[in-house]
Amino acid sequence: MIEAKGLTKRYGDTLAVDNLSFSVTPGKITGFLGPNGAGKTTTMRLILGLDRPTSGEVVVDGKPFEHAAQPMRKVGALLDAKALHGGRSAYNHLLCLAQSNNLPKKRVDEVLSLVGLAAVARKRSKGFSLGMGQRLGIAGALLGDPEILMFDEPVNGLDPEGILWIRNLMKALAAEGRTVFVSSHLMSEMENTADHLLVIGRGKMIADCTVDEFITANSQRTVRVRTPQQDQLAKLVASAGGTVRDHGDGALVVSGLDAGQVGDLAYDNAVRLHELAPLHASLEEAFMELTASSVEFHAGVPGADGSAANGLGGAHRAGAQAGTREKVG
Amino acid sequence: MATTSTSVVLPGQVSLPASAGRASFMGAVRSEFTKIRSVRSTYWTLIVLVLVTVGIGALAGFAATRNPQGPGFDATQASLGGLYLSQLIIAVLGVLVISAEYSSGMVRTTLTTFPYRGTIIAAKALVFGAVAFVTGLVTCFISFFVGQAIMSTYNPSTLPGHQHVQVLGGAVRHISASIGDPNVLRAIIGGALFVTVSGLLAFGIGLLLRHTAGAITTVVGLLFVLTILINLLPSSWLNHVDKWMPAVAGTQIWTTVANHGNPPVFAPWTGFLVFAIYAAVAVIAGSILFRTRDA
Repeated sequence: MIEAKGLTKRYGDTLAVDNLSFSVTPGKITGFLGPNGAGKTTTMRLILGLDRPTSGEVVVDGKPFEHAAQPMRKVGALLDAKALHGGRSAYNHLLCLAQSNNLPKKRVDEVLSLVGLAAVARKRSKGFSLGMGQRLGIAGALLGDPEILMFDEPVNGLDPEGILWIRNLMKALAAEGRTVFVSSHLMSEMENTADHLLVIGRGKMIADCTVDEFITANSQRTVRVRTPQQDQLAKLVASAGGTVRDHGDGALVVSGLDAGQVGDLAYDNAVRLHELAPLHASLEEAFMELTASSVEFHAGVPGADGSAANGLGGAHRAGAQAGTREKVG
Repeated sequence: MATTSTSVVLPGQVSLPASAGRASFMGAVRSEFTKIRSVRSTYWTLIVLVLVTVGIGALAGFAATRNPQGPGFDATQASLGGLYLSQLIIAVLGVLVISAEYSSGMVRTTLTTFPYRGTIIAAKALVFGAVAFVTGLVTCFISFFVGQAIMSTYNPSTLPGHQHVQVLGGAVRHISASIGDPNVLRAIIGGALFVTVSGLLAFGIGLLLRHTAGAITTVVGLLFVLTILINLLPSSWLNHVDKWMPAVAGTQIWTTVANHGNPPVFAPWTGFLVFAIYAAVAVIAGSILFRTRDA
């Protein structure tokens, strides 16, 4: 159980984490979602005592992590798979971690075979691929058979098999009653994995809810309609409580009514329809909409913020992703 | 295959009782020993330290046999002369022990698995100090015996012009020292302590600066450049300042003949204490920052 109260961290003029209060509970996967630069990593560093909060506090099972008598039994964390000395073999890396906590040596071999690195245990980790490095980091997190697991963007850069492996591992860990706290900037990843969501933007909590609640609240349904009687339909939709906007290519996009309601409305009033298609905003789009105002770095892609320039519905999305990438680079 | 391994219960459920896995100082010491013995830079620096120190001692011994020597000649100090350079080599390792944690990012893993920062520094200092002392001791014994073996070939009557040379009341017939001579064992063990404290001084500066190149540059500045620059002072000042320089104070511990020259120097153990205080200040200041700084 991780509990934060009014957690705040300021670096110079930048407020990285702004008055966060939340709890992460056992037996499920809690997804920690936010655009790059939202403060996810900083929050995790504060939980682990790597950084000290400017104000507020965060405790692990009732006390600061720095006071845990059995740190590796309490929390297994993978913040950065490259946070190790590349000249040391995988085995010696894990051995030095195990020794500091007086964990039995055989745990090192156990976790190495669990993550599938037993064959390269004596190899220096600087030669490892991204996926192997990630597995080594996870092996380190699992060494102490911990109650709480924290992973910061664990699937970044992994191939589909690696992503599936980590997803199943997290599910297995949560099913055993452990607390699993995992961050991501991809809603689609959390949609498939997490039970509960904490969404942050610019250090502030935007949403603290279950995944289902998030989907219901944020995936607004829209309907695309083509009709030769645009003005008539627009009036009908407006009187029925919906809103209409021009899609830009001769179609209308209706929100507030579902496809059935739009179809009935048209039929009852003798409006011809050439196309009637429900559009489901993906969770990813909902997430982007929710955090759009809190993305720290927007890319200056022409046409990114105003689809009128090229009339493509995907332009906004592409722009938002480009913005995401800029921070990474 | 990869997916099936995760669908089973994790190993360790049975093998790891709830009481297992306590963080302790001895655990940290074992951990730090594993760290220092499992990277190549440790072996390279220590091998270079032994070879350079013994080599310079041998050269100094050989040079001593080519000139007539007076009674003030310190054969032990000559054979340990390579320690001047060993200081720099052990400093590199002392800096790396802590700066490599920062450059690699390992420090974050270290602290998330063992959040007791003061204990980590104590364990690191103990393990590195022990490695430096043992290496220093082996190096000093080898340097001493190699140097004395070479200096035992000294024969002033074969040296050209020896009759005309007046060195502090005439050339001596033998220069080599033996292990049982006064102060010799103190100088050898003191040499090992000098290596250890030089390394710890560098470790403390590494802890303060967290950056390999910056810390090594600072150590070189403190031990070598400062000592040279001090010599530009007028002698009335130099006589008061020179003995306090870390490198000057520290090197007195491996002399066996009292030095009454100018500028004056501290007695061996006094000088060593001064040197040790420099190192202690660096390590303590570094530890305080390590405990309070964000990692």
